[in-house]
Amino acid sequence: MTDAPSSHTWLYRHTAATRLSHWITVLCLLVLVPSGLQIFNAHPTLYWGERSDPAHALFALRALETDNEEMRGVTEIWGHRLDTTGLLGVSTEDGERVARGFPAWATLPGTQWLAMGRRWHFFFAWIFVLNALTFGLYALLSRHLTRDLVPGARDLAGLGASLRDHLRFRFPAGEPRYNVLQKLAYVSVIVGLGPLVVLTGLAMSPWVDATLPLLPALFGGRQSARTVHFALTWALVGFTVMHVFMVAVTGVLNNLRGIVTGWARVRHHGGGDG
Amino acid sequence: MAEPGGLDRRRFLLRGLGLAAAPLVAGCDRLSESRWVAGILRAGEAVTHGVQRTLTWRRALAREFPESARSAVFPGNGTTDPGTAAYQALAASGFAEWRLEVRGLVERPARLSLPEVRALPARTQTTRHDCVEGWSAIATWTGARMSALLDRVGVRPEARYVVIRCADLMSSGEGYYESIDLVDAYHEQTLLAYEMNGRPLPVAQGAPLRLRVERQLGYKMAKYVTAVELVERFDGIARGRGGYWEDRGYEWYAGI
Repeated sequence: MTDAPSSHTWLYRHTAATRLSHWITVLCLLVLVPSGLQIFNAHPTLYWGERSDPAHALFALRALETDNEEMRGVTEIWGHRLDTTGLLGVSTEDGERVARGFPAWATLPGTQWLAMGRRWHFFFAWIFVLNALTFGLYALLSRHLTRDLVPGARDLAGLGASLRDHLRFRFPAGEPRYNVLQKLAYVSVIVGLGPLVVLTGLAMSPWVDATLPLLPALFGGRQSARTVHFALTWALVGFTVMHVFMVAVTGVLNNLRGIVTGWARVRHHGGGDG
Repeated sequence: MAEPGGLDRRRFLLRGLGLAAAPLVAGCDRLSESRWVAGILRAGEAVTHGVQRTLTWRRALAREFPESARSAVFPGNGTTDPGTAAYQALAASGFAEWRLEVRGLVERPARLSLPEVRALPARTQTTRHDCVEGWSAIATWTGARMSALLDRVGVRPEARYVVIRCADLMSSGEGYYESIDLVDAYHEQTLLAYEMNGRPLPVAQGAPLRLRVERQLGYKMAKYVTAVELVERFDGIARGRGGYWEDRGYEWYAGI
């Protein structure tokens, strides 16, 4: 096989269905995360089990008053306290120090407004779910899932090498196919994080719980489901940050052109599949 | 605690983040205040209500827990004492003069004393109470079944909702009220509760009577009940959305 890294070719990398579903997901996450933080702010404490016993909080964003009557924001994790004034617990809103879990700039709406936060969250949750179901069905029927996303035995055999390369910041760019780490990341979001974040959300619904009592039980109770929902949100945010970083360092314009128009320039491998 | 230099840098970074996010946040806040955006977002509630009612079993019971699962402290949210002269007078006499008025689209309007409410077919259940804010607490409730009360007064065919009127006045001066549909009203676990954890309902929990609608959020479970009113629509009741918090933007359907 002749290796000619300088020779490139155009590849129709992303179908219209993938591109549309990608950007709908972007829009949904841009609304769901900040509106979720707005809802969280109404009771910025997390627990395990069915009940929210104040004495058994796992995580809390609190506003405490010091001896000299100053308000400090405190993040409490498993009984350990961290001063997070300005960001968590206490932050500035309209030039004034206020007690609130996440700061105004991170929530939707910016002011404390639970009712509107819920409206944004549930409306876009429906779009997120319908979009995910449509994409899931498409990916199954078109074999996009099995052909391009689920890693095969050959991919997995190269896992160690791929991991080493990534850790040395040697990223494959312009490859026609996803590498094994990419496949694992995408598949774990599509069949893992995504469905779990929806199920933990539903487990908080008292109406759903009456028909499906196993759903909250699966996560250890309604308050556990709330905690897991919160943790999964940050896993999704972490994935997104990593994803955007990888997009930026592996040819940002080419990657963006790919996910907008479908077409990207890739390395020519003389017909082999890389 | 971070050292001063670290704090400064953190403040600087935070300010940078804040500046970057400010136009976005301001834009979204304007959207939240716009009437048509709020109208579109409201469609989400209709979809949730429709889908949840369609895909679930209408008579499904909320999970019941053993008494050992009760919360040590049950938060008293919203009004914890109506404090009006009329309420204080009623409470002072152990609610001897209190009456539950049943009115509206019923065949036989009634005024029931507390012993008469207690004489209705009752139910005891240990359930989880989920607040819209996010917390959950478990308690045992005993009360008259709403279905028994409705059967006693006879519901007229045009009635669609049960409106619950309450003794507590909110900061706006309006009385608290709530409403449920007949699916919830006739549900086995829907009670007018007069006991909590085996004792008469404390004032903080809505003495002498509060509503329990176990498959919905806490704000539906009106406290200090004074009247049960059957209606066909919410027009003419406060701001017309079927409840005190509903009039302030919260969903009428609080199953999620």
